Amino acid sequence: MAGKLVMDITSQGLTTEQIAELIDLVKKVHGFDFSDYSKASLKRRLTRVMMIKKLTFYDLKHKLVNDHPFFQTFLEEITVNVTEMFRDPSFYKALNMQVLPYLSTYQHIKIWSAGCSSGEEPYSLAIMMAKAALKDKSFIYGTDVNTVVLKEARKGIYSFRSIKTYAENYQLSGLSGSLTDHFTTLYDAAAIHSDLKVNTLFSVHNLISDTVFNEFQLISCRNVFIYFETQLQEKILDLFHRSLCPHGFLCLGSKETIRSDVFKKKFKVINQKENIYQKIGS
Amino acid sequence: MALDKSIYDRWHNSEILLLGGSAGSFKLLFHLVQTLPSNLNKTVLIVMHRKRNFLSEVEKLFAENASMLLREISDKDKINRNTIYIVPANYHTLIEKDYSFALDVSEALWYSKPSIDVTFESASEVYNDRCTAVLFSGANQDGAQGLLKLRNAGSLTIAQSPEDAIMPEMPQAAIDLNAVDYVLTAKEIYELLKK
Repeated sequence: MAGKLVMDITSQGLTTEQIAELIDLVKKVHGFDFSDYSKASLKRRLTRVMMIKKLTFYDLKHKLVNDHPFFQTFLEEITVNVTEMFRDPSFYKALNMQVLPYLSTYQHIKIWSAGCSSGEEPYSLAIMMAKAALKDKSFIYGTDVNTVVLKEARKGIYSFRSIKTYAENYQLSGLSGSLTDHFTTLYDAAAIHSDLKVNTLFSVHNLISDTVFNEFQLISCRNVFIYFETQLQEKILDLFHRSLCPHGFLCLGSKETIRSDVFKKKFKVINQKENIYQKIGS
Repeated sequence: MALDKSIYDRWHNSEILLLGGSAGSFKLLFHLVQTLPSNLNKTVLIVMHRKRNFLSEVEKLFAENASMLLREISDKDKINRNTIYIVPANYHTLIEKDYSFALDVSEALWYSKPSIDVTFESASEVYNDRCTAVLFSGANQDGAQGLLKLRNAGSLTIAQSPEDAIMPEMPQAAIDLNAVDYVLTAKEIYELLKK
């Protein structure tokens, strides 16, 4: 294992052993399990926290054990909360054309945006449902492990800089009008119209440790699986399968696919490119 | 700088070719994709800055003109040899120890997502001294830190000569950081990589 030895000496970052030590410590002290997170990303995030907070490996361990409020900050920095409204416009186009006609046949449409961060995706879905005149019979749940971003989500206020990017996405999504039709401008930010907040609920849910909490017609979990190793993805696919109504839809990120043979049989591909699936069986 | 025996040896011993480019590098990368032979027996990974939401056109054009197999990256894909990969727009691409890709949507670096630094640094941790990395024309400083990590790990690092580049800032930043083994013109880089 000469190669490994060279790496541990030359990279200024954390060693594999140190990462394992941190994972173990966080699990024991805080009950939060990072062991099945993708290691390359986790290493980057851990190194980043140490840099931002100016901590050595030993400082970090000490704070994680003795400074309880620090864990919330740690969690915020470790989990990636970057999101956009109408991220991957072609996905929203596909959803609108291939899935909404089917959803419109339901009496009530329950949607779960899992790993919703600051709310951009649930609000994008709310706008899309409103445009299709389905908003009144829809209920959208946004969940995340991070309580700080959920507060942002409930506010629904975004900076002008973000709105500019989101508006470009919106134009490419094929929806009529413009994104700003759905916002009230403040000084340097914009607030989503209050009618779009009706029938939305944001709450804490941990995909790794929490369980089924409702039955949904549509679950969207995009760019969350990239942070999980494949065995953990399978565990969460099982949670999603059990949370969907018969023939319910599952949306993953545009670079995330169902790899497990077991779950390939439990989901039918609706759109290969956009990774939209439909539950088979019950 | 001449192409000496040492540079050829190090290139031949590499398992992966990393190519980083930004403004002014599109034509160079396109030309390389056309000339790299299908039996190269290495992995080729291209990190190219470009606009979000207009990703498939570049991939399509490159795929139609490459003699090597060109594949789009999905998260957790195993890395193959004799294959060209272009990292997707609006993601950072990392490499896991089991030689698979891991994608990440975190903050842009140097206003760039994909970030050349992120991919180069990640490659240095997995491949150590078994990379050849080339940094082409660009108008920011992305790639310099990543190239330094690669050089410190013993990989072969090359910057396009700033005089030869349409946008000299990116290769110059790497040279200033002492991250570069060889400074070569685009012509010399083609000459090296086709053998």
